[in-house]
Amino acid sequence: MLAGHHLLSLVIWVPILSGVLVLATGSDRQAVLARILALFGALAGLFVAWPLYTQFNVQTADMQFTEFSSWIPALNINYHLGVDGISMPLMLLNSFTTVLVVIAGWRVIQNKVSQYMAAFLIMSGLINGMFAALDAMLFYVFFEAMLIPLFLVIGVWGGPRRVYAAIKFFLYTLLGSLLMLVAFIYLFFQCNGSFEILDFQALPLSLPVQILLFIAFFMAFAVKVPMWPVHTWLPDAHVEAPTGGSVVLAAITLKIGAYGFLRFNLPIVPDASHYMAGFIITLSLIAVVYIGLVALVQSDMKKLIAYSSISHMGFATLGIFLFNTLGMEGALVQMVSHGFVSAAMFLSVGVMYDRLHSRQISDYGGLAKVMPVFAAFFMLFSMANVGLPGTSGFVGEFMVIMAAMKVNFWYAFLAAITLILGAAYTLWMYKRVVFGDVVRDEVAKLRDLVPREFFMLAVLAVLVLGMGLYPLPLTEIMHSSVNNLLAHVAQSKLP
Amino acid sequence: MNFSVRDLMPMLPEIFLLAATCFILIFDLFLSDRRRHVTYLLTLAALLGCGWLSFATMTGSTVTYTMHGMFVDDLLSGTLKLMLYVTVAAVLVYSRQYLHKRGMFRGEFFALLLFATLGMMVMISASSFLTLYMGLELLSLSLYALVAMQRDSALAAEASMKYFILGALASGMLLYGMSMIYGATGTLDITQIGLLLQAGVGNSTVLAFGLVFIVAGIAFKLGVAPFHMWVPDVYQGAPTAVTLFIGTATKLAAFAFVIRLLAQGLVALAGDWQQMLVILSVLSMAIGNITAIAQTNLKRMLAYSTIAHMGFLLLGILAASIDGYSSAMFYVVAYVITGLGSFGMIMLLSRRGFEADKLEDLKGLNQRNPWYAFLMLLLMFSLAGIPPTIGFYAKLAVLQAVVNAGYTWLAVVAVMFSLIGAFYYLRIVKLMYFEAPVDTHDIRPALDMRVLMGVNGLAVLALGILPQALMSVCLYAVEQSL
Repeated sequence: MLAGHHLLSLVIWVPILSGVLVLATGSDRQAVLARILALFGALAGLFVAWPLYTQFNVQTADMQFTEFSSWIPALNINYHLGVDGISMPLMLLNSFTTVLVVIAGWRVIQNKVSQYMAAFLIMSGLINGMFAALDAMLFYVFFEAMLIPLFLVIGVWGGPRRVYAAIKFFLYTLLGSLLMLVAFIYLFFQCNGSFEILDFQALPLSLPVQILLFIAFFMAFAVKVPMWPVHTWLPDAHVEAPTGGSVVLAAITLKIGAYGFLRFNLPIVPDASHYMAGFIITLSLIAVVYIGLVALVQSDMKKLIAYSSISHMGFATLGIFLFNTLGMEGALVQMVSHGFVSAAMFLSVGVMYDRLHSRQISDYGGLAKVMPVFAAFFMLFSMANVGLPGTSGFVGEFMVIMAAMKVNFWYAFLAAITLILGAAYTLWMYKRVVFGDVVRDEVAKLRDLVPREFFMLAVLAVLVLGMGLYPLPLTEIMHSSVNNLLAHVAQSKLP
Repeated sequence: MNFSVRDLMPMLPEIFLLAATCFILIFDLFLSDRRRHVTYLLTLAALLGCGWLSFATMTGSTVTYTMHGMFVDDLLSGTLKLMLYVTVAAVLVYSRQYLHKRGMFRGEFFALLLFATLGMMVMISASSFLTLYMGLELLSLSLYALVAMQRDSALAAEASMKYFILGALASGMLLYGMSMIYGATGTLDITQIGLLLQAGVGNSTVLAFGLVFIVAGIAFKLGVAPFHMWVPDVYQGAPTAVTLFIGTATKLAAFAFVIRLLAQGLVALAGDWQQMLVILSVLSMAIGNITAIAQTNLKRMLAYSTIAHMGFLLLGILAASIDGYSSAMFYVVAYVITGLGSFGMIMLLSRRGFEADKLEDLKGLNQRNPWYAFLMLLLMFSLAGIPPTIGFYAKLAVLQAVVNAGYTWLAVVAVMFSLIGAFYYLRIVKLMYFEAPVDTHDIRPALDMRVLMGVNGLAVLALGILPQALMSVCLYAVEQSL
């Protein structure tokens, strides 16, 4: 194997270095070169990430592909990498999304192409690093560094209120993560000078301390998920970001929050997690139901999908804090599925936006007549967003609702409401955009998908259907890690 | 009282610099304006000579006292001096073009700069209150003159006046405090004082009184709230070349000043000064970060940012441990590197008759020149403390020391204020990247400046990715000297 023992390093650094290379192409006169290099970089990133899947050992819950070398001995920070069944699928999702983003921005981005492409490639590498980090400070470095390219992407290539959205996004996420930094430093001393996440997980802590730590972690990750009521940055950022930015935000960065819960909150402070579970579940259900209602009244398609993302991520957090295998696996499946579905939805809106430069539902109508192929794809993705059986959206939601039913009937009842709400807002939007008569002349002149767009939506369609019909490869990967995590969480860490 | 030439060996760099400065001062008189660059090169050569001497006489772990214990040569002084030379040399390179275009490329500038440097070297190596004060005054007097160098600028005159009066007041306070400590212990020697106080000598009321005045003096010189009033005016009013010098090089000396006084002399009173530093530090972070938001002048904004950073620096000191001091040293070095770049960028963007010192002058820099915008982006994120830049590790090391000292709440307060601070650094990035340029002049700096700027900006990133070497230098220097 070409990668040897440095597979994870490759997965992190190949995109980052290709990003730097793309950046070096400089001005827009070399835009074509920048695009081609970026595509190669993204494909190379996916290529080096693929062995993570093929060589993954599904039998064990241990960290795999581990790498360890000393980084900053003065502070005992190590370059320690490894993946388990929870982080590996997310890394693949991330590497895959990067390819899509590069393709999606191929024609649309004409201004500072090299910077745009480089930002996404570098961000992709940083996110991979974050998922792979087993050293808390290494995690933190990637976690924060990732904000810089995303901040620039929203602010430079975004819509009219991009500046507000970018700064809000940055400060919101920084607020949470700074408290987490203090929590890490505190744990460092409790662990006798170690930043190893696995050492943190083994450390006994009293309940009041656990609760404070839980709050610090919660602040960092709840903002990322985002959970109600700290979700307000998301609609702004989503709406103003360019299509690629929205895709990465929805498909990847939202998963970081949920991943953080799984990697930090649950195993490091299990007693506090149980103690606070009711609170988190309440917030999740509010997100699922209330945000679903908010989505119903949106007139801007991107905003609608953004709210729908918050609502769907509510499922993920709900599943995580039910503390049973079904719920947690459901949450993970939901996360991956949402990665595909939300990416597809945002790309579809991007396809429309590139043609008409409007995101308002009311500006469309009758697309089925002028763009039939697109309408068919959009239909499929809308159904997946609703959670129709046979699509990937169904699997995760169904698992979480079943798991909720085991715990409390009302949880399941409220969570199930979202299936109705989701159907309502998604299909209503679909109806208004795609069906009906062509009212506006501009719409009548629209052209159907070009091959580039067709390719990108077709790949996603295959994945959405594939996951919906046969989710076993995914759940199989997660199974050992999830069971191990649950066993760990079930044990009290009180001294 | 035996005296041998060998006693002078530890202060060889100072002696050399004094001689070199006097030589440059006189030699410059015989140069025509066209030949002024010879002075500039001689100044750099003098710094290089100092660097060689300091490096050659570096003693490792032995601490050498000379002049009857008034002057100390230890690893901390050696390391700080070497950093000082590099900083001053960088200041010179950054300022060359700027001074030329403003008619300030004159012998006095270089002589004053070298005298100020000498003052700082004396401060760094001081082992007696008297030496410390002497170095401080040599530095301050040179700075007052430097700030007023631009004779036709009313702002500069005002800044210089304000600096002088407040500086004199601070010196007075410091002296008053020192005299009280002297009264209580009967000696001016810092090491002696340390030992005597450990042994419990001295009336505690007098000591506490003296300590308050000394801490107030330190606070004045560092520019931390509530003694920060001079900082914004001086930073804004002084020619940017001088602001660059005040904003970077003097911070190294100020660090040594604090270490010599608090960590070496008055360490037995740590319980008292820790409380005072907590207040100073929280106030500075609050005032610095919040007031900076309202600024429209870049130099003034960076001045408030300095106040906040010095507050953060005090956090490391107040941990009162080897880790704390070394983290503070790392912090100050990180700040100096970043500050050099930030003020350097203002000079790089300035031209004849135009100061690029307003925030809007940075608008659209990414379109005018993506490379400089990227460097400034790194510098700003470093000031904000976002990884992977050096500023993050500086903050991390200090926070770690603070938490270890049992002040977890203080760490939480500190990170909350850095969140507020992040806003105005982000605003700069926003101006550079998200807005269209108003100023469309070409940016054509000289080659030396271009190279230095690139090295400086990338150092912020490189030292952020691999901070270990610098961190261990700081740790080792502090460990061997205290």
